Amino acid sequence: MRQSRWWIFILAVVGLVQGCAKSTPPADKSEAVSTPPKSMTLATTTSAQDSGLLDVLLPAFEQQSGIQVKVVAVGSGQALELGRRGDADLLLTHSPDDEKKFIEEGWGLNRRPLMHNDFVIAGPAEDPAGIKQTKTAADALRAIAEKQCVFVSRGDESGTHKKELAVWKAAGIKPEGNWYVSSGTGMALSLRMAHEKRGYILADRGTYLALKNEIELVVDFEGDPILLNKYSVMEVNPARHPHVRHAEAKLFAEFLVSMPGQEIIRTFGSEKYGQPLFVPDAEEAVPK
Amino acid sequence: MEMNSQFWPILFLSLRVSGLAVAISSIIGLPLGVWLGLRRFRGKSILIGLVQTGMAMPPVVVGLLLYLLLSRSGPLGSWEWLFTPAAMILAQVLLCLPFVVGISMAAVAAVPRELQWQLRSIGASERQSQWAMVCEARTGILLAVATAFGRSLSEVGAVWLVGGNIEGQTRVMTTAIVLETGKGHFSLALLLGAVLLSVALAINIVIVRYQWRALP
Repeated sequence: MRQSRWWIFILAVVGLVQGCAKSTPPADKSEAVSTPPKSMTLATTTSAQDSGLLDVLLPAFEQQSGIQVKVVAVGSGQALELGRRGDADLLLTHSPDDEKKFIEEGWGLNRRPLMHNDFVIAGPAEDPAGIKQTKTAADALRAIAEKQCVFVSRGDESGTHKKELAVWKAAGIKPEGNWYVSSGTGMALSLRMAHEKRGYILADRGTYLALKNEIELVVDFEGDPILLNKYSVMEVNPARHPHVRHAEAKLFAEFLVSMPGQEIIRTFGSEKYGQPLFVPDAEEAVPK
Repeated sequence: MEMNSQFWPILFLSLRVSGLAVAISSIIGLPLGVWLGLRRFRGKSILIGLVQTGMAMPPVVVGLLLYLLLSRSGPLGSWEWLFTPAAMILAQVLLCLPFVVGISMAAVAAVPRELQWQLRSIGASERQSQWAMVCEARTGILLAVATAFGRSLSEVGAVWLVGGNIEGQTRVMTTAIVLETGKGHFSLALLLGAVLLSVALAINIVIVRYQWRALP
């Protein structure tokens, strides 16, 4: 008697666990009554997610297409790795060199420019390294290194970190020493760390604006073309991973670069931050 | 991460933070647990309830509270502890303490009271009889220490928040694993995880030897 009750309990647990494991019901051939809602997975950089842009883009797309988009927000490096493993169907990243490599190696298809924003060098209002007067981003970093002012680096191989390394390279400096703090954390936490340590930091403008009121950092340097932050979308190649939802991914990518998608990007953030956070880049959106 | 130059400092910092946290929480927590296990007083059940609730405390919440306390704009900002190993140790002590107190208390309370009475009746002092109770409960008391070690060694949320995962300063094994996973270096992250588990195994082999050894 007791044993049989145990069996019922175990079976119930197994059933529950299996229920959780299958987010979409299995396609049973015998009763093709209702087709499960279509879905796809988007691997994206945290900056696109944190800014709130996806919260506006996704409902618009889901309403239009009926396709549900699952968002995995990770660093650009991890997003590409997810694509390489076939765990994501579409990638939204901002690491141009790695994206080109990804396409060349055959993992991705149809890389399209989506939008851009820019990076700024934020720091203390007193500007101890005097980078407000410098002409280029490379000069600014050189001044910081010469004065050995605290500089907080993401250090996580994210798109932002890669951009920072590119600027250091342009400055001809290999940043090392106690003043160079490699935080290994996300943008928001790194900005807070720079605030706590009264240091400089290379940050994307969107995250900086979102945190501006909580931290005592000002934009000490901006405007160098090297600081442009370009986002692209790529579909994961179904030839490499036959199970990826390529049709759905392609639809979403096409929506993103279409006029309605680009219009959402163009206006996003104006209300909250007083200025748009992104500039649309897709060919369709460039004024003729 | 270049394996050679970066790996050892990270492992040593993990051991240093966890080791000190376990030592401090044992020094505070074991006497407290033993005392709670031996004594009976009004309101004891409330205290036990609080201790056991402490075991359910989410590490990130502890990290968050400490972060706010230690932040430059927080009340303890003048200590300048934020993003230092000291802050990480403090967080770990707060997280380990409920486990040390709770488990050692249960271990002592599980020893039959008759032992103490018998020893008293054959002339042992109060102190001696209580020490005998503690010796009887050593398996459970060392389990408390082992649990604290396990918790602090595997914890990531709190040390990430108050330590900041700064390379060469506050990066430990768990935060390095999260970082390498984020970079897409899955195999390196897995390797670090295996090292962490091996360290836990080695520590527990030592603890188990004392835990189950017959008393002289």
